Amino acid sequence: MTSYTPNEMMTVAAARALKSSDVCFVGIGQPSAACNLARLTHAPDITLIYESGTIATKPNVLPLSIGDGELSETAMTTVSVPEMFRYWLQGGRITIGFLGGAQIDKYANLNTTVVGSYNKPKVRLPGGGGAPEIATSCGEIFIIMNQSPRGFVERLDFVTSLGHGEGGAYREKLGVTTKGPTRLVTDLCIFEPDPETKEMIVTSIHPGVTRAQIEANTGWRVRYANEVVETPIPRADELAALRELHARTKRAHGDQA
Amino acid sequence: MSQFLSLAEAVEATIYDGDTVAMEGFTHLIPHAAGHEVIRQRRKHLSLIRMTPDLIYDQLIGMGCADKLTFSWGGNPGVGSLHRMRDAVENGWPTPLAIEEHSHAAMANAYEAGAAGLPCAIFRGYIGVDLPKVNANIKRITCPFTGEMLAAIPAIRPDVAVIHAQKADRAGNVFMEGIVGVQKHAVLAAKRSLVTVEEIVDEFSPRTLNATILPAWTVTAIVEIPGGAHPSYAHGYYMRDNAYYKAWDAIARDRDGFLAWMKTNVLEKGPEIFAAQRQRLAAA
Repeated sequence: MTSYTPNEMMTVAAARALKSSDVCFVGIGQPSAACNLARLTHAPDITLIYESGTIATKPNVLPLSIGDGELSETAMTTVSVPEMFRYWLQGGRITIGFLGGAQIDKYANLNTTVVGSYNKPKVRLPGGGGAPEIATSCGEIFIIMNQSPRGFVERLDFVTSLGHGEGGAYREKLGVTTKGPTRLVTDLCIFEPDPETKEMIVTSIHPGVTRAQIEANTGWRVRYANEVVETPIPRADELAALRELHARTKRAHGDQA
Repeated sequence: MSQFLSLAEAVEATIYDGDTVAMEGFTHLIPHAAGHEVIRQRRKHLSLIRMTPDLIYDQLIGMGCADKLTFSWGGNPGVGSLHRMRDAVENGWPTPLAIEEHSHAAMANAYEAGAAGLPCAIFRGYIGVDLPKVNANIKRITCPFTGEMLAAIPAIRPDVAVIHAQKADRAGNVFMEGIVGVQKHAVLAAKRSLVTVEEIVDEFSPRTLNATILPAWTVTAIVEIPGGAHPSYAHGYYMRDNAYYKAWDAIARDRDGFLAWMKTNVLEKGPEIFAAQRQRLAAA
């Protein structure tokens, strides 16, 4: 049996949720690794879009920034940033938005703005960037985040991007017609929204992880689906593709990175 | 009509104390050399605008050039915080910095509205989020045809836009390619513009029929500065200096260390230092 890290399990589980027919708006970092892994394994025709304006990009190595030259060179076309946000995102042409975050609550609202009060923050984070509109304009949202009590909180200090708000029909009441977060993949498990309350509940647990571990790393009272499955372990081909991608990335950025 | 000037002359001619200044470049083509000259000329009370304030704005803010920052994502990409920006916001050092925070979609729309000569940008956004609670410039507007509630923010109309591009021709037209960001919109939205370029050429060739070109009559000043986007990159000329972005974290963390670094690397230097960086990082 090949061994793998929790981070590899998370990236593989996130990648599996993507299909070749998806048009995916990709955040930098962990979302980018998962989206490119999907493209290099079971979803070769997936359209990856980065907010720097690159459409259908096929980077050979993972970009370090959202606007690396590699993204433009391997893209079908590169458009301006206003065109990206107006025609492609707001225009409703993107099926999946793939986000990470600093803090998340049980309705998958995200905070990447401040910890503490806005005017006197304890920690000033970078801010929303593209996320506030990605969260409402994409057909649905996948989120990938390492689980910890500091990141998975009962109440966000600041709502940077909308998940399911306060639950139930919150999005519909605001006139939002897209689905919002349908999948939250962590290093421990997978959450999906309860069909009624929209609270993110555990539907799949990664091999070797206990419920106690999940609960110790979550700031709200964790609920589970009636039938919780075990996440299939990473296959050898998935791990090989992921490790080769990281090795290529390291070689390319080498002394630079 | 654009004029070819030295960098010092171009900054003197286009950027004044108290101006609203947009230096743009989305990871690619960030006008670092021009930013350094603004610091050397000790501009004060600038109101800075930029979607992704990164190192060049950290430097301008830390050197006390700015009173206000309008932005949508403020960080050192892939590395962490902007320590000088945080020190200014949290502790008022070296001078208090007011912030106006938006989303990327909002700022991209606001630049486009500015270029289009409109007073405001209208878009579908800021739904169910907290930024409208802390930014009074985010309003709602009802579509008169459908009744849909949309977001509105003021157009961005800077006094001056500053960008870096690949080429200018001898007539003063400006060419850029790759990730073009919001630079064309920023220049067309601004009253004046300063463009630094990698090289001045006889002809933009080869080029496609739909190349991104700013005609000479939309640009105020052009300066040839090879490497002028370093440590960001210029597609076709040199790569991004990722090591510099990483090193910046330690340099900017401490006030005295930052000031010493700025003295040695910016105040006592000129735009000629950028050419060596271009050579070092030239695409293989």
